[in-house]
Amino acid sequence: MKIHEYQAKELLAQAGAKIPRGIVVSSVAEAQQAFDQLGGGPVVIKAQVHAGGRGKGRFKSPPVPGEDKGGVSGVKFVTNRADVARVAEIMLRYPLVTAQTGEAGQKVSKLLVVEASAKIVREVYIGMVLDRDIGAPVLMACAEGGVEIEEVAAHSPEKILKTVVEPEFGLQPFQARRIAYDLGFTGPQASQAEAIITALARVYLEKDCSLAEINPLAVMDPGDVLAVDAKMTFDDNALFRHPDIAALRDEAEEDPAELRAGRAGLSYISLTGNIGCLVNGAGLAMATMDIIKYHGGEPANFLDVGGGANKEQVTEAFRILLGDPRVKAVLVNIFGGIMQCDIIAGAILAAFKEVGFHVPLVVRLEGTNVELGRKMLAESGQNITTANGLTEAAKKVVAAAK
Amino acid sequence: MSILVDKNTRVLCQGMGKAGTFHAKMCREYGTQVVGGVVPGKGGTSKEGFPLFNTVAEAVRKTGADASMIFVPPAGAADAILEAADAGIRVIVAITEGIPILDMARVMRFLKEKNCRLIGPNCPGIITPGQCKIGIMPGYIHKPGPVGVISRSGTLTYEAVWQLSNLGLGQSTCVGIGGDPIVGTTQIDLLRLFQDDPQTEAILLIGEIGGTAEEKAAAYIQQHVTKPVAAFVAGQTAPPGKRMGHAGAIISGGSGTAKDKIAAFRAAGIAVADSPADLGVTVQRAMLSPK
Repeated sequence: MKIHEYQAKELLAQAGAKIPRGIVVSSVAEAQQAFDQLGGGPVVIKAQVHAGGRGKGRFKSPPVPGEDKGGVSGVKFVTNRADVARVAEIMLRYPLVTAQTGEAGQKVSKLLVVEASAKIVREVYIGMVLDRDIGAPVLMACAEGGVEIEEVAAHSPEKILKTVVEPEFGLQPFQARRIAYDLGFTGPQASQAEAIITALARVYLEKDCSLAEINPLAVMDPGDVLAVDAKMTFDDNALFRHPDIAALRDEAEEDPAELRAGRAGLSYISLTGNIGCLVNGAGLAMATMDIIKYHGGEPANFLDVGGGANKEQVTEAFRILLGDPRVKAVLVNIFGGIMQCDIIAGAILAAFKEVGFHVPLVVRLEGTNVELGRKMLAESGQNITTANGLTEAAKKVVAAAK
Repeated sequence: MSILVDKNTRVLCQGMGKAGTFHAKMCREYGTQVVGGVVPGKGGTSKEGFPLFNTVAEAVRKTGADASMIFVPPAGAADAILEAADAGIRVIVAITEGIPILDMARVMRFLKEKNCRLIGPNCPGIITPGQCKIGIMPGYIHKPGPVGVISRSGTLTYEAVWQLSNLGLGQSTCVGIGGDPIVGTTQIDLLRLFQDDPQTEAILLIGEIGGTAEEKAAAYIQQHVTKPVAAFVAGQTAPPGKRMGHAGAIISGGSGTAKDKIAAFRAAGIAVADSPADLGVTVQRAMLSPK
C-alpha cells in the first residue's frame, strides 16, 4: 500500500526527522490561508498523488497565459498570493499526467504547501528496501540526491552505499553516524542527518514498510538538514497490525477494478489487451497471459481466483471482467487440484446465467473430476467453447477476440 | 532415492483449522506418515484420528516427528516456524500465504543457527511421488520417476507435473519453494540436492518475474550442474511495478524481468520453454540431448 508524501513526512517527523514547514490543503481558499500562515514568503505547491514523476508531470488544463507550454507542473514554486490561488485552482481541477499515471492522468484532491524561502544547497538520497538476496532490509545512501536512484543503481552502482539493517536490532547509532559521515556531512549537520537516517530506519521497521525513501535529504542555506520529499510503501501482509497505517489508504488513487477485486478476495491487475483471463493460481495466471501473447493475442488482465474460490468469487470475477468494455473474449483456465473441476464448472454456469455473457467464453479445465466438469459445460446448452490443453485454449480465445 | 522427504518421514501438522485438517487428511490418504497435529490448548485430544499436542516440542518427543507442515494464519506463522525449528524439526514446510516480510527476515536470521530446512512460505509444499506428500498439491497427478521439479508457483507446478506424467516422465521430488520475496529454500539449494540425488536424471526449474534468483540459478547450473535442466519463466507479459498475485512477483527498478531471466538461462545453455504448454516436452528434449 502506498501513501502520500505529506503522510510519509508526518511519520518521519513523529520518529524524529526534521521536515520543512508545510500545510496540507484541499481548496483554493485553504491554499491561500496556508500561504499566509507560512509567512507570505515563497512556497512550493506539491500535488499529492501516489504516482512518481510529479516534477516533470503536467496538469491537463486548457492553455494558461504566462504558464509553461504543456501546463502547470505537479510541483510548482510560487511567490505571491494571487499565483497560489491560480496554481491551486488548476491543480485541484484538472488531472495530473506523469510518466506513471497514463494518458488520462490522476485527479488531485490534496496539495501540500511548503515553505520555500531557504535555498537548497545540497541534496542526497537515502532509502530503505528489502534486499531479497540477503533476506534483510538495506539502507541505501547516495551523495547524489534528487535524481532517479534506479538510474544511479544501473549506471554507477559504486556510488550507492549499502548498509544491512538487522531486522531484530534495527539500525545502530554507529551505522547512522557512518552513513552521515560517508555522505559528507560534518559538524552539527552530521548529527541532524543522523537523526533523519535513524528516523527512516525506525519507521521502516516499526511500521513494516516495503520501501521508504527520502529524496532529497537536503542541506538548506543557512544550515538545516531536512527531509524535503519522502515516499513510502507498506507491506500489505502486515497492515493487520498497523491500523494507523491502514487508515492512510487513499482508494481514489487505486484502479477501481483492482479495488473491487481486492474486496472480493481476488487478485486482479488491469492490462491493456482485449482478452479477459480467469485463472486459479498466480503462476498459472501469469503463464496464461504469456501463452495468449505467444499465440498473437493480448491479455486484458491478470486475475487469480486463488486455490479455493467459491461461486460468489467466480461470479464477481466474471462481473469485473465483463464490466471492462475492452474485453472481446474471455479465457477461463483452471487446473483443478484441490479445487474440483465439477465445482468450478458449476460456478461458471451459475455466473454465466447471472452475469449474462456478451462475448465468447473459452474454458479449459484440467485435473480433479475433469470429465464431470467438461460434461456439465457441454450439456448446459450455453455458448461455451471448451478446449483441451493450454495451446488449444489460447488459440481458440485469440481467434474469438479477433 | 529422492530429496528431503521419503516414506520414513514423520510429519506433524501445525494449525489444525479447516484447511490444516483437510490437508493433513489428504496427505495421510496419500500414504504420508502424518503422526499428529499441534494446537495449543487441545493437547491430549484428537481430531480426525490425529493425536493433538500443545507444543511442537511435546509432539516431537512423543511421536518422533522430523517434519512439519504449517497452516497457522499469517499473524502467528513466523512464530510457528521458529517453534518447529527450536524443537528440532528437520524439514519445515510453511504453506501459509501472507506472512509479513519482516517476520520472515527475522525467521531467516534465527534459522541460520539451526540445523533445519524451511520450504516456503506461501508454497504448495513438497512431494516425493509414491512416498511422501507434505502440502496441498493433488497427489494423483504425480508419478515416481527421474525428473526433479523446482517451482515458485503452485498451480503452474501442477500443470508442469501433469505434462511430465502424461509424457511418461515421473518425478523424483517436486518442491514448490514459494512466491514470497524471502523463501527458506532457494532454487540453488535444490539444484545442489538434485545434482547429488542418484534418482534424479533431469531438472525442471519454473521461475517467475521478480528478484534475481533465476539469474543466480543459471550461473550455478553452468558451474555445478551436469544433469540436463529445462526452465520456464512466468510473467513475460507482466507490467513493471505491479505485484502479480505473489508478493515476490514484481518487476521493480527495471530488475526482475522475464526477459533477463530467460536470457540468463539461455546463456547458461539451459533449454527454456517458450510456451507454458511445452514444459514437459522441453524436459524430454533436454534429456535426449544432455550437456
